[in-house]
Amino acid sequence: MNAAKKLASAIALAAVVATPALAGPDDDNLMINEELNMVTETAAPAHLQDAFDTIYSGWRFRTDETQALQIDDFENPAMIFVDQALEYFETVDGTEGKSCSSCHEDGPEQFAGLSATMPKVIGGKLTTMEDLLNAHRAKAMGAEPWKWSGPEMQAMVALIGLQSRGMPMNVAIDGEAAPFWEKGKEMYYTRYGQLELSCANCHEDSYGMMIRADHLSQGQINGFPTYRLKQAKLISKHNRFRGCIRDTRAHTFAEGSDEFRALELYVASRSNGLSVETPAVRQ
Amino acid sequence: MNRTLMTMAVLVFGAGTAAAEMIAPMDVVYDDGAVATSLTGGAPGDVDSGRKIMNKGAGNCIACHAVTDLKDLPFHGEIGPTLDGAADRWTEAELRGIVANAKMMFEGTMMPSFYKTDGFVRLGNAYTGKAHEGDVAPLLTAQEIEDVVAYLMTLKEE
Ligand code: HEC
Ligand code: HEC
Repeated sequence: MNAAKKLASAIALAAVVATPALAGPDDDNLMINEELNMVTETAAPAHLQDAFDTIYSGWRFRTDETQALQIDDFENPAMIFVDQALEYFETVDGTEGKSCSSCHEDGPEQFAGLSATMPKVIGGKLTTMEDLLNAHRAKAMGAEPWKWSGPEMQAMVALIGLQSRGMPMNVAIDGEAAPFWEKGKEMYYTRYGQLELSCANCHEDSYGMMIRADHLSQGQINGFPTYRLKQAKLISKHNRFRGCIRDTRAHTFAEGSDEFRALELYVASRSNGLSVETPAVRQ
Repeated sequence: MNRTLMTMAVLVFGAGTAAAEMIAPMDVVYDDGAVATSLTGGAPGDVDSGRKIMNKGAGNCIACHAVTDLKDLPFHGEIGPTLDGAADRWTEAELRGIVANAKMMFEGTMMPSFYKTDGFVRLGNAYTGKAHEGDVAPLLTAQEIEDVVAYLMTLKEE
């Protein structure tokens, strides 16, 4: 028997022998606060159709207990941080004696729709929500920048993201964004580290399967920042990327690096069409 | 360890025993993905040790493979095929090749190469996220590979 044939027989055997575990996403429907219906499954965007027919939110791969924490805002542990961000929004900081609300008098609601289109190219630079927040702090308020994955920054990213909840992710990948997107795509398929694993190995080729105790999702970012039960705080997109690359025994990239900006754009584009779920809850 | 050092170590520690020579990762010869000769130069693998290496922390094979014989250990993955009956499907030489560098047998496979020291992209210092410095050790030593192979050879169903 050649290798391919032997393997086919091994896999056929596996199908019979292995205990049927959670295969693929579940069939649950995500309705938040009994009124906001979320798209957790939709046709893959055109640029992804070689890889997938359908994209799924990470919510569909979590246990019922974890899922339940996201269907009611009173249960959602991330909302504490959103409330804190509302306070920061009103708090004067920096040399100009201003708060966010000094300029944005209508409150964070003004930013409905913004997060669904981020990151985007502004003035030739690929810009994330974290970049926007720190730029405004510096320019309008004369305030010190917030740390990328720090509690203030991610709380504010969550508050702004919440204004787009339920809207479809819709980042641009053409025009000025194209070279950044290409770079992010190349990273997504690069097999990093001593384990030589790419994002695609886990989140495209193996989603729905168990890797050790973890049920692999498609690695979508429509719910970020997410509240991670394991860490009991909000996790930024770049922190998640850093962890996933580190786990391949690789020299990872820094949060806020140009590499991770490009990767963020590419991964966000794989979520195009899924509802913004910010702030999501994960295991 | 570079090859000369490794050979010296074998010469020193192996003095008195048969002229056993450890095969360094770069010197392994693959024939259709299989490796005919023992990587330790003859010392047989230890089944019990191999069984332990299958678990978390060492080879972490069960992160991706289910094995009925290891059902006392929690959380077997599903990325690769179950290894039940592996010794019925493969020869010892083939199993050695698969564990040492599965990419020689299965082109483009997701399975990591456990006895390889070069050709990595952004090699890190274990799981620290920092850059690796200095000599590169393979994921498993020659002895550990032989131990795992000895264990896999016990997985028979027929
Ligand atoms: C060795 C396997 C592996 C690799 C390689 C990997 N990941 Fe992950 N990733 C996981 C696991 C396990 C989880 C947690 C379960 C889940 O949500 O899929 C996860 C979770 C995620 C999440 C969170 C999804 C959510 O719904 O909250 C994102 C985003 C993500 N990964 C992106 C990436 C990106 C981008 C890369 C490459 C730079 C990558 N991953 C590489 C294993 C991997
Ligand atoms: C990250 C996932 C992963 C890890 C870790 C892994 N493998 Fe594999 N392994 C695979 C995949 C996937 C295949 C199927 C080959 C292919 O890609 O076509 C495979 C195939 C095999 C096969 C041949 C399958 C058969 O029974 O016919 C053996 C034997 C094997 N692996 C042993 C091991 C051992 C021993 C270890 C640990 C030292 C290990 N694997 C670690 C993913 C993995």
